[in-house]
Amino acid sequence: MDIDRDTLQQLYYYLKLTRHLEDRVTSLYRQGKVVGGVWTSNGTEAVSVGFSYALEKDDITAPYFRDMGAFLIRGITPRRIIAQYFGKKTGVSGGKEGNVHIGDMNFGVIGFPSHLADNYPVAAGAALAFKIRGEKRIAAACTGDGGTSRGDFHEALNLASVLKLPVVFFCNNNQYAYSMPHGKQMAVKDVADRALAYGMASEIVDGNDVIAVYTVSKKAYEKARAGDGPTFIECKTMRMHGHSEHDAAKYVPRELLEEWKKKDPIQRMEKYLIENNMVSEAEMKEIDERVRDVIEDAEEFADKSPYPEGKEALEGLYATPIGRDKES
Amino acid sequence: MKEITYVEAIQQALWEEMERDDSVFILGEDIGAYGGAFKVTEGMQEKFGEMRVLDTPLSESGFTGAAIGASLVGMRPVVEMQFADFISCAFDQIVNVAAKNFYRWKGRTPIVIRAPYGGNIHGGAFHSQCPEGWFFHTPGLKLVAPAFPSDAKGLLKAAIRDDDPVIYFEHKYLYRRIKEEVPEDDYVVPIGKARVVKEGSDISVITYGAMVHTALDASEKLEEGGISLEVVDLRTLLPLDKETVFDSVKKTSKVIVLYEATRTGGVGAEIAALISQEVFEYLDGPVQRISAPDTPVPFSPPMEEYYLPQVEDVVEAAEKLVAY
Repeated sequence: MDIDRDTLQQLYYYLKLTRHLEDRVTSLYRQGKVVGGVWTSNGTEAVSVGFSYALEKDDITAPYFRDMGAFLIRGITPRRIIAQYFGKKTGVSGGKEGNVHIGDMNFGVIGFPSHLADNYPVAAGAALAFKIRGEKRIAAACTGDGGTSRGDFHEALNLASVLKLPVVFFCNNNQYAYSMPHGKQMAVKDVADRALAYGMASEIVDGNDVIAVYTVSKKAYEKARAGDGPTFIECKTMRMHGHSEHDAAKYVPRELLEEWKKKDPIQRMEKYLIENNMVSEAEMKEIDERVRDVIEDAEEFADKSPYPEGKEALEGLYATPIGRDKES
Repeated sequence: MKEITYVEAIQQALWEEMERDDSVFILGEDIGAYGGAFKVTEGMQEKFGEMRVLDTPLSESGFTGAAIGASLVGMRPVVEMQFADFISCAFDQIVNVAAKNFYRWKGRTPIVIRAPYGGNIHGGAFHSQCPEGWFFHTPGLKLVAPAFPSDAKGLLKAAIRDDDPVIYFEHKYLYRRIKEEVPEDDYVVPIGKARVVKEGSDISVITYGAMVHTALDASEKLEEGGISLEVVDLRTLLPLDKETVFDSVKKTSKVIVLYEATRTGGVGAEIAALISQEVFEYLDGPVQRISAPDTPVPFSPPMEEYYLPQVEDVVEAAEKLVAY
């Protein structure tokens, strides 16, 4: 697939924005400014950036908690994201939710529940709606390797395959489900093998190669859009931090991290762009500055934003309030 | 107006809403060519096609999740649980995804889950349960439980048009046992409003579902002995219409809470608690609870009869309470 210069630079921009935003949030967490925990996609950014950038504007996505790239690419601003980490009123959810529990249908993003793979059937259902209405839209959902052991994962794959729905399922296989290595979670070597049981086409892709993820996603989306059914895509990568930032991940062998460090998705994309003359020194500098400015601005915005009032907790339970609830 | 059964009223609401609004569709197990385990969707696939009357694999969590996803992009899905008992397989999707979508991230989730529930049909532990209590404890859901054909029609229409997730508890025992004149036009009963189905002066019976009929039968019997029951049909369980309950308590000063679900921690407990907290000074006797005992639903007829609240139980409780 021929990918134009602008797209390549955008992929690179979003990789960097994702990495630096999450790095910044991590350091704010260490300073005690973040409410609750922090879970990042460090080392696996090419997965969410690749599959999200390949979507069309009218498509929808159901990201999981290591998909910061998806939120950013769909248009959820860093301002709203950092404010959410701070528990501020200006956060994506107005303080009702924290960190990466982000959803906003105005941007085609289905909110993430902590129960992994819960949004697999939900994404399949959005795809079902597109199919019923004869729309050429598709849905993309993602979960981790751990999430693929849950029932919702299996029910969704079966349902999507039987009904031939325009949905593409991604797995960010980052080798560890919290502390559990692959071999203790499942007896299949490749997560992609699980799709076989449902008669679903699957792909295995280098999850640290954003161009590869983008390319394989585009292909699967085109197939789904043409009415040729769902695809399961396993992106092989490595979680370079702990499960969350409070987890030192001592259970991960250091040699494994050393090995994957050499495959860093951002350095790799940078090298590719330079070697293929897809970015000039000035453009590279401009991208770096833009990333830095956007994050600084977002942090300042979040800092200055007010907290919600306690009693706002009672608002917005129902879309159609009834009786006394109407008054609150 | 034509007299129709409870199940015909449900069918009427579904057909009319499907005809009125293209975004309404039904999904569930065996609902297409077969017409559903209780024949509620009979003939609908022929009329509306395979995509709008959609047979799904046996996967309650999967298809409930799919309904949620479809609703987020503008559809109004109606999920049929073959039996309410199987709703437990979709518990997580209902209580964590559907119920919290709007509060957490303004994700509008207008789904209806039809849950054929209740005993007295010799179905045993997995085809007779009243699982409303599990969901009564879940903010973000709306729960309705009609007792009459007119409410069955009107509340289903309201549920389909509502922008929140609604669980519609339809009582299997009532399907073909009761008839009533039901408006043939676009008849909608608002969610959140209880109804006094029989006015009375001595004791208020607060109830819903099939037990409304048990209360009405008891009321007739008690009338002979000069005891007057007022029967309040809740119709909507969540959010509760407290005003109608309190108004009735203020009038009679004595209360029986009657429900078919198991006793502890359910709808009846909450009503008893609300009454003692909000209208205590109007009470002239302890609030009585009549319910199923805290066991699974037993199978053998004498055991099931013993398990389910009977007319005699209400009569006995009323006689004691009136003398209090």
